Amino acid sequence: MTIDRREFLKVSTAAAGAVSLTGLAGCATPVASAKPRVIVVGAGFGGATFARYLKAWSPNTEVTVIEPLTQFVSCPFSNTVLAGTNRLEDITLPYDHVKKVVDTWVTDSVTAIDSRKRTVTTAGGKTFTYDRLVLAGGIELLFDKVQGYDAETQKTIKHAWKASPDQTGVLHQQLQAMPDGGTFVMSVPMAPYRCPPGPYERACQVATYFKRTKPKSKIIILDGNPDVASKKGLFVAAWTKHFGYGSANSMIDYRPNNMPRMVDAKKMVVGTEFDEVKGDVINVVPPMRAAAVCGMAGVRVGLDGKDAPWCAIDYTTFESTAVPNVHILGDSALTNFPKSGSVANNTGKMCAYALSEIFAGRKPDPAPVVTNTCYSAGSDTVAFHVATVFRWDPEKKAMVPPKGANGVSKEESELEMAYMESWARNVWSDTLGLPRDYNFTIKG
Amino acid sequence: MKKSLALTLLIMGALGAAAAANADPRTRFIASNCAYCHGPDGHSRGAVPSLAGLEAKYFVEQMKAFRDGTRPATVMQKHALGYTEAEYEALGKWFEANK
Repeated sequence: MTIDRREFLKVSTAAAGAVSLTGLAGCATPVASAKPRVIVVGAGFGGATFARYLKAWSPNTEVTVIEPLTQFVSCPFSNTVLAGTNRLEDITLPYDHVKKVVDTWVTDSVTAIDSRKRTVTTAGGKTFTYDRLVLAGGIELLFDKVQGYDAETQKTIKHAWKASPDQTGVLHQQLQAMPDGGTFVMSVPMAPYRCPPGPYERACQVATYFKRTKPKSKIIILDGNPDVASKKGLFVAAWTKHFGYGSANSMIDYRPNNMPRMVDAKKMVVGTEFDEVKGDVINVVPPMRAAAVCGMAGVRVGLDGKDAPWCAIDYTTFESTAVPNVHILGDSALTNFPKSGSVANNTGKMCAYALSEIFAGRKPDPAPVVTNTCYSAGSDTVAFHVATVFRWDPEKKAMVPPKGANGVSKEESELEMAYMESWARNVWSDTLGLPRDYNFTIKG
Repeated sequence: MKKSLALTLLIMGALGAAAAANADPRTRFIASNCAYCHGPDGHSRGAVPSLAGLEAKYFVEQMKAFRDGTRPATVMQKHALGYTEAEYEALGKWFEANK
């Protein structure tokens, strides 16, 4: 097959097309070694799932996972730790089982990527060579976009947007130490950001804790967006029903178009364009972009080929539209999918499916399907969902939900809280390869 | 003897699953889409039902009932409307074969 340059460019700029740069790269690029070497950077919902499924579907592949953390701490359900419903240990899970199915597991950070030489270097000074690189590093938080949010301030003011003892754990302690009648100031970043309903769920969970133990306390939500960015009707209904939203005694004070521009840990204030807001506990989530490793690989590039916060991908393979043989999963990718745990888990499998087809000498599926099911807890007893099936639409050249295959709960329910807890057990099991008799301690 | 028989059955089972898997990687992938709610390989560890081992006919009937709204659901009508009837059939056979 010959293809002239103009035709090639036309095809490759139609980046999301069924037969795009990736399809060509996938067929045209000879696999350097008999056993394709795949390096996965990041073992969250995207990376760990990908590694596990690629080994299952393409066993003759050498998979190396590089992950700095020694345990998996789940962002989904971390808001319930703030409510005191669960403890950090309930959302912390082992890497032991997924480690057993991959060839090499490296507990380290990546410091350099050379996409021409196809090498990845770690802080420990090791260099690995790949045929395919899978970047599943999640997000990079941009503290310098908020004045005063320096290393010293970060000791007191937590984002808790990556769950960990130092973030979620410390914010929980701060809320516990806050006197009744205090004010909790929290923020919502500008969309798109990791976990669209997460901030609004956080407000529900902290309000649940306050209602139980500190009923005179208030929550001020500073939202950079012009309106509630996810599940609006359901969150407003939960705030109204459980926390008096809309009444004079509302526990929640919601302020749209209030992007935090400045934080001061000494004065304990958050500055927006309009005013300074004082809080007893402050929780600012700074703006974010695709993980730092995406910057190292040069894949933080939009569909127009210019630098961008997120990484444009080909939907058939999740390969970067800018750099061949580099694939991007989960939150780092530029897609029309919500940046959720379910999507990261599903895109991990989608990419494993595409690469297993390519390694078997076949073309990747030209019509991918990716789904999202995302639950949010409105209190400590009820939850609600958004669910979507995205399918490749060859006419629109986009991932589009078929009619009716997208929507939210009619109303919150205890049944959906049980499903949300079940989701956590199953998605953790699917991501980390937990055994069927794994002893979960999570409570819905 | 017992042990070797068990082992043989295990290997046969694994080979059978592998053969089924190789026969249709697309169905294998779409079935894996269900795992975050219904568990890896359709074995749920929570309140949401398992899909592994369901009869194909029952599976397809339920998907149609979710799609048409005749079986009440929370998330399942949206998921059912996202797949084709041919995919219901393929998934039904998949979960029936992969106990």
